Amino acid sequence: MRYAAQRLLQAVPVFFATTFLIYAMVFALPGDPILALAGDKPISDETLHTLRERYHLNDPLIVQYGLYMFGLLRGDLGQSFTGQQVSDMLAGRWEVTAQLALTAWVLELAVGVLLGVVAALRRGGIADTAVLAGTTFVIAVPVFVVGYAAQIVLGLNLGLFPTAGTEQGWPGSYLLPGMVLASFSLAYVARLTRTSLAENLRADYVRTATAKGMRRRRVIGRHALRNSLIPVVTFLGVDFGNLMAGAVVTEGIFNLPGIGQQVFQSIQLQEGPVVVGAVTVLVMIFIAVNLVVDLLYGVLDPRIARA
Amino acid sequence: MTVLMRAQGAAVLLSALLALSACGGGGSSTPGGQSGDAPKRFSVALTEPDHLTPGNTSSSYSIAVLGALFDTLVVIGPDGKPQMRAAESITSDDQKVWTIKIRPGQKFHNGEAVTAESFADAWNAAAYGPNAWTNNYYFANVEGYDKLNPEAPEGSEEAPKPETDKLSGLNVVDPTTLEVTLTAPFSQFPIMLAYTGFAPMPKAALQDPAGYDTAPIGNGPFMLDGRWERNKLIKTKRFDGYAGPRPAKSAGVNFKIYANRETAYTDLRAGNVDLLQTIPPASTSEAKTLLGDRFVSIPGGTMDYLGFPAYDKRFAGADLRKAISMAIDRQAIVDAVFNGAFKPMSSLVAPLVPGYRATACGESCTYDPAKAKALYDEAGGFTGTLNLYFSNADPSYEQWMTAVANQLKQNLGIADIKFRKIPSADYLATLRAHKQDGPFRNNWVMDYPSPQNYLESMWGAENRMGWKSPEFLDLIKRANSAPTMEASIPLYQKAEDLALAEMPMAPLWNWQDQAGHSEKITNVRIDAYSPNLDTITVK
Repeated sequence: MRYAAQRLLQAVPVFFATTFLIYAMVFALPGDPILALAGDKPISDETLHTLRERYHLNDPLIVQYGLYMFGLLRGDLGQSFTGQQVSDMLAGRWEVTAQLALTAWVLELAVGVLLGVVAALRRGGIADTAVLAGTTFVIAVPVFVVGYAAQIVLGLNLGLFPTAGTEQGWPGSYLLPGMVLASFSLAYVARLTRTSLAENLRADYVRTATAKGMRRRRVIGRHALRNSLIPVVTFLGVDFGNLMAGAVVTEGIFNLPGIGQQVFQSIQLQEGPVVVGAVTVLVMIFIAVNLVVDLLYGVLDPRIARA
Repeated sequence: MTVLMRAQGAAVLLSALLALSACGGGGSSTPGGQSGDAPKRFSVALTEPDHLTPGNTSSSYSIAVLGALFDTLVVIGPDGKPQMRAAESITSDDQKVWTIKIRPGQKFHNGEAVTAESFADAWNAAAYGPNAWTNNYYFANVEGYDKLNPEAPEGSEEAPKPETDKLSGLNVVDPTTLEVTLTAPFSQFPIMLAYTGFAPMPKAALQDPAGYDTAPIGNGPFMLDGRWERNKLIKTKRFDGYAGPRPAKSAGVNFKIYANRETAYTDLRAGNVDLLQTIPPASTSEAKTLLGDRFVSIPGGTMDYLGFPAYDKRFAGADLRKAISMAIDRQAIVDAVFNGAFKPMSSLVAPLVPGYRATACGESCTYDPAKAKALYDEAGGFTGTLNLYFSNADPSYEQWMTAVANQLKQNLGIADIKFRKIPSADYLATLRAHKQDGPFRNNWVMDYPSPQNYLESMWGAENRMGWKSPEFLDLIKRANSAPTMEASIPLYQKAEDLALAEMPMAPLWNWQDQAGHSEKITNVRIDAYSPNLDTITVK
C-alpha cells in the first residue's frame, strides 16, 4: 500500500515535467498556425490578430503554459483552433484507442505467451523454428506495411474483416487493427517467453519438482512459467506505451478516430492545448499501467514485494 | 490546414466538365432502380471539415458538405456561366449598387422563411471583425466593411471594438429584395456570390453560433440528420420542404470521414463507400482498370505556378524569368510525377475560367532549351546559389521541384541549385514576409470562375513576388468596373498578357482530380463546379 502511494507521488513531478516539455516542443515548432489555417486565401490583419489573441499566441511560452495549467486545475483543458473544447475532443476518442490498445494487448499476451511456450517446450523442433522464423519476419517488416497488407488481403480480398472504420463496433472493427498493432510486440513476447522458459526448464527447482513426481503440466504451469513471466510482464508494461504510439499509424490506416490520429493531426496544426491534453493523459495511463505491472511482480515473485 | 489539403478538396468541388460527358454516359447506360422503390441513402468519402458555418470556412471539405445543405444565390452552371438559384435576379446599372431579388417561398430546414434578411444577417456576422471568421475578407469590397474591422491605432496592438455590427452597404428593401452597395464597381459580383461563404443563415444561427457550427440549418435539398459526429460521420437526409430547383433524388447522404485517402480508396473498392472524389494519384491507373466507366477525371480550377522574387535584383529582369520558364519541360514533369493526369499550362487561369486562352503565354511557356539558353545568356545569366522553395506538405512537391532543378541544370547550366523545403505551417508566412530568395512553388485554388479571382489575388497589390505594376492594377480596376461580364473579359486578358510579358510568376500545370463511384449509385454528374449530389440515385 505504501509502495503504491509512493509511486503515485512520484507521478506528480513526472506530470509537470512532461506537460511542460510537450508544451515547449509544440511552441518551438516553426510557423504561424493561424496563418496556416487560412491557407492560400487572403486573411485580414485584424482577423489574424483577433485569433492570435484568442489563443494567447502572442504571449511568451511561460505565460501560455501558466494559463494552460491554471485552466487545467479548474478542469478546463482549453480549446482547439476550431473552437472545440479539448475535453470533448478527447472524450470521444478515448474509447476507440482504449479498445484498440486493449485488444492488441490481450492478443499480444495470449498469443505471444502461447507461441513462446510451444517453442520452448519443443526446442529445436519444427514448431520452434517456425516461431523463430515467423517472429523474425514480423519484427523486420514495418507496421504500416503489415497494416496495408492485412487490410488488402484479409479485409478487401478475403472479406474476413471490415476494411476500415468503427461501424461494427467491438470486436468486429477492432480485431484486424488490433492484430496489426500487436504483431510487432507479439513477436517479442513470444521470443522472451521462449528464452526465459527454456532457461527455467533447466533450473534446479524444476528438476526437483519433476523428481518429486509432480505432473509435467503442473511443473511448467505453476513453477517454470510463473518465474519465466517476470521479464515478459516488464516488457508488457513498457510496451503499453509503444501500443499508444503505434496507434498513430494503425488508426490512420484503419480510419479509427482515436487519440493517436488526434495527436498526429494536432501536431500538424500546432494546436498546443490538444497535443498536451492528449499526451498528458497518455503519460498518466503509462504511469498507471506500470504501477500495476510493478505490483504484479509481487504476485509472481513474493521476494520482490518484500524487498 | 495545409495547402495541399485545401487544394485537393477544392479541385474536387470545382470539378469536371469532361466528367459530365464521361459520367453522364455511364450513368444513363446503367438501368436505374426499380420504380416504386423508396429512395435510399448513399455515402461519400470526406476529410474532417474545420467548421460548418458558411461564413467561417474556406476548407474544401466543409464546402463539400455545405454544398448539399445550402442553396447559394447563384451557382455556376456546367458551362461556367452563373445561374440563378436562391436568387430570382441580380442586377445593377453601375456595377456598384446591386439589387438582388430573392425567389419567394424558400424555407430553411427548421421552417423559417428565407428572406433578404437571412442573407444580410449571415454577411454581417461574417464581416464583423471580432468574430474572426475565415471568410471575413470576402466582404472587404462591401461598403461599411472598414467600420466593422477598425484598424488598431498607432502604437497599439489592440483594435478598438467596432461601433456597429452591420454593413452599411447592405439594405433590406423588403423580404425578397436586398440592395448591396460596393466600395467600387465590380462586374464579377454575381459570380462571387456562388461561393458558399455567401450562403444565408436563419435566426437560430445568430442565437447559438457554437451549436450552429456542428448542426447547421440550411436551405438546400439535404438537411442534417443528427449532429456532426466529429471524425466519423456527417449524416444528412432529404429535406422534404425543399422548394428549389434541385430536389434530392436519394433519401440522404452519409459523409464518412477518413483520415487518409488510401484508406478511403480501399473502402471504395470494398464497397463500403459509394463516392470518392480524390483517388490517390498512385492508384490512378489501377482505379481506371478496376472501375471502368465508374472512374471519372475532373478538371479543376487549381493551378501550380513557379513564382520569382522580383524584389531580389538577381531576378529583377523579365528575360531571365522567361528563360527559366522556357527551360522547364512541363509535359515531361506531368507525365513522370502525376501519371500524366495534370495538364501543362500556357495561361495564368485554368481552362474552365471564362476568357481562358490556351496559348496566352505563347513562346515563353513553350519548352525550348536552345532558345531558353540563348535568352538566359543574353540576360546575363545567374550567379550564386539558386534556392528553390516549396513546403513539405506533400512529397510530390519535392519530386517536381527536383525535375525542375535537373532541367535548369541541364538546359541553362545553373550548377549550384539547392532545395529549401519549408515546414508547411511556416511556408505561407515565409512567402508573405518575402523571405524567399529564389523561385518558389505557388498554388491557387479557385473560389469562383472569374479571371479576376486569379489575377487580382495572385498578381494584385502586395503579391508574393513583390512585383509592382501600376498598369496591371489599373487594367484590373477597369475590368472590375466594366459594364458587363462580357465587356470585362478583354480587359482581364490584357492584364494577363502584361503579367505574362513580365513573367513574375510562370504557370506550370492545372490540377485534375480522379473520382470513382460504386455500382450502387447512378446519375453521378460531377462537374467542374459542383459534385451535384442531389442528382444521384441509389439502386
